[in-house]
Amino acid sequence: MIEYLTGILLIIGSFFCLVAALGVIRLPDSLTRMHAATKAGSLGAGLLVIAHAVFYQELGISLRAVSIIAILLFTAPVAAHLIARTSYRSGEAISDRTWIDELKGNGGWPG
Amino acid sequence: MPLFILNIVFAAVFTLLTGSARIGVFMFGCILGYGILWLSSPLYKDTRYFKKLPKTVNLITYFLKELFVSNLRVLWDVITPGHISRPGIIGIPLDAETDLEIFLVANLISLTPGTLSVDLSEDRKTLFVHVMFLENVAAARADIKNGLEKRILEVMRS
Repeated sequence: MIEYLTGILLIIGSFFCLVAALGVIRLPDSLTRMHAATKAGSLGAGLLVIAHAVFYQELGISLRAVSIIAILLFTAPVAAHLIARTSYRSGEAISDRTWIDELKGNGGWPG
Repeated sequence: MPLFILNIVFAAVFTLLTGSARIGVFMFGCILGYGILWLSSPLYKDTRYFKKLPKTVNLITYFLKELFVSNLRVLWDVITPGHISRPGIIGIPLDAETDLEIFLVANLISLTPGTLSVDLSEDRKTLFVHVMFLENVAAARADIKNGLEKRILEVMRS
């Protein structure tokens, strides 16, 4: 039973990692790429770590899994935010499908 | 919140007493400890622990639900040929004021699929968010304000 659950979690997790990698290649601009890289990436990696915790069912491994996920969830959005902000400010072209841009001409928090 | 630490200590003691270091036992200890603290809650006059914990759990479950449901849309756009995305950058007026509140709102917005916080306005009152599937600006804005931000502020300010 535990084996099946672990297997399912591993497959879904690696599938999301694959989607994240494909998204970075396929999506049109750096802002939309960040969507794929942060969300699908952290969800996939999180599921892989949870699969390990479920399989071993030991306190030490579970605690480590929880801290890995916590660190992942705290760092991924910060990195994505910085990359998105830098690419926007350096004038990187945004996809022409973008139909509204309220940030344009509004400056932004300095520093 | 010292009651939270007490709760964790209860769970740790329970785990040590049962002698089996498994996460299930520890979780059960947490729930048991919470029950004991709740029974003795008249002893702690001005604690917010019993109000704050359900709200935190509420925020976490809401967040996990969002994480799964809307990841599927990003997935669909990535694996099918052609693009269905309608990206846009919208400004969200913030009620969050302190650094920690803004940090949490911006981070959780970035983690919710379909939205990514790009920049903060100079007066720290507007957060600019890149939305991947934007159909209706007012609806998307209300969604973030009433969904994520309201829940975060409930936890932070209760």
